[in-house]
Amino acid sequence: MTTFEFTILIAIGSLVAGLLGALTGLGGGVVIVPLLTLGFGVDIRYAIGASLVSVIATSSGAAAAYVKEGYSNIRVGMFLEVATTFGALTGAYLAVSTPTSAIAIIFGVVLLFSAYMANKPPKDASPDEPPDRYATLLKMDGTYPTARGEKSYHVRNIHTGFGLMYIAGVLSGLLGIGSGAVKVLAMDQAMRIPFKVSTTTSNFMIGVTAAASAGIYLHRGYIDPGLAMPVMLGVLAGALIGARILPHAKVRTLRMVFSGVIAALAVEMIFKGVRGSF
Amino acid sequence: MASGQAWGDQQFETVIGRLLRTGVILAAAWVLVGGIRYVREYRGTKPDYKVFQGEPADLKHTNEIVHAAMGLHARGLIQLGLLLLIATPMARVAFSVIGFALEKDWFYVGITLLVLALLIYSLSSS
Repeated sequence: MTTFEFTILIAIGSLVAGLLGALTGLGGGVVIVPLLTLGFGVDIRYAIGASLVSVIATSSGAAAAYVKEGYSNIRVGMFLEVATTFGALTGAYLAVSTPTSAIAIIFGVVLLFSAYMANKPPKDASPDEPPDRYATLLKMDGTYPTARGEKSYHVRNIHTGFGLMYIAGVLSGLLGIGSGAVKVLAMDQAMRIPFKVSTTTSNFMIGVTAAASAGIYLHRGYIDPGLAMPVMLGVLAGALIGARILPHAKVRTLRMVFSGVIAALAVEMIFKGVRGSF
Repeated sequence: MASGQAWGDQQFETVIGRLLRTGVILAAAWVLVGGIRYVREYRGTKPDYKVFQGEPADLKHTNEIVHAAMGLHARGLIQLGLLLLIATPMARVAFSVIGFALEKDWFYVGITLLVLALLIYSLSSS
């Protein structure tokens, strides 16, 4: 395969990944690493570097649209960002000393978890719960727009959320993904933040978390321009197209099919990791 | 949203959101230009990513990347675009510092400065 053919194929694959990631809410990053390693035989370290770069592009590119809708909670996001950036630096440093087969196994497990999370029905917190002392102190409670006007919510369990966010950061730095599934778990399930607010705040945080580990990956020579270029452009184009057609698309079936594909990739990564062929 | 937060959490964020998107578009355009050069220059070669070797020094550190891009080397040009992309979330955090400062919310100014410091550390360490 020549450089030209390779670049075009990677760009097309990344475009499809970005499109499906945007439509299903799973993010394009989760399939980039399996696509490059299993599909093109790329070393997992180069794959993680390229994936991180594409995660930053989609997160920052989508921020403008999310902010306009008025869902994201910047205080919650910035506070938890302390945990995710520390985690991302930890993960990026761990990536050097962790054997690639172990990284592949962890990646597979996180993929399975992401596929499971994406198919869980969203559960909105009940608004009757009493406010959390620390959340009030940190001015985290907010409102978000609904069909019936502004609705207020209280933020809870900041400690658990902060801890989970640190783990999300470590996984992001170690695997080169956005860790959106763990971020939403922390905010939606643990901190009882409404689902829409969780997902949009998570998107805002993903770019910052990925940037924290991307710097270290760059200095370590994991980010190859020839590989990262078609991945970043492809995923970004796919995500932008996905965001355009999302309001008109019926995503339930698509999400189930895509989750099935992700689960299959996850099993293959775990299998290959266990056999030590990564 | 309490009225005191309205500016910081909405209009300011909208402006930042647009800036971010502009940053991403600029970075993507830059990478595309470098990418076209790259595909032309390396047309005959076969890419090999099977064995990890790591990038050469001129594609790893900020100063060297800028230098390589100035020399119009295709791979250096792409790398500079990627550097610009990595810098957009940093700019976003820096603007949030200003946003919280305008609200005189010094606790969150501190939190945001801490995040910014971690990002700068990551990009400047080697």
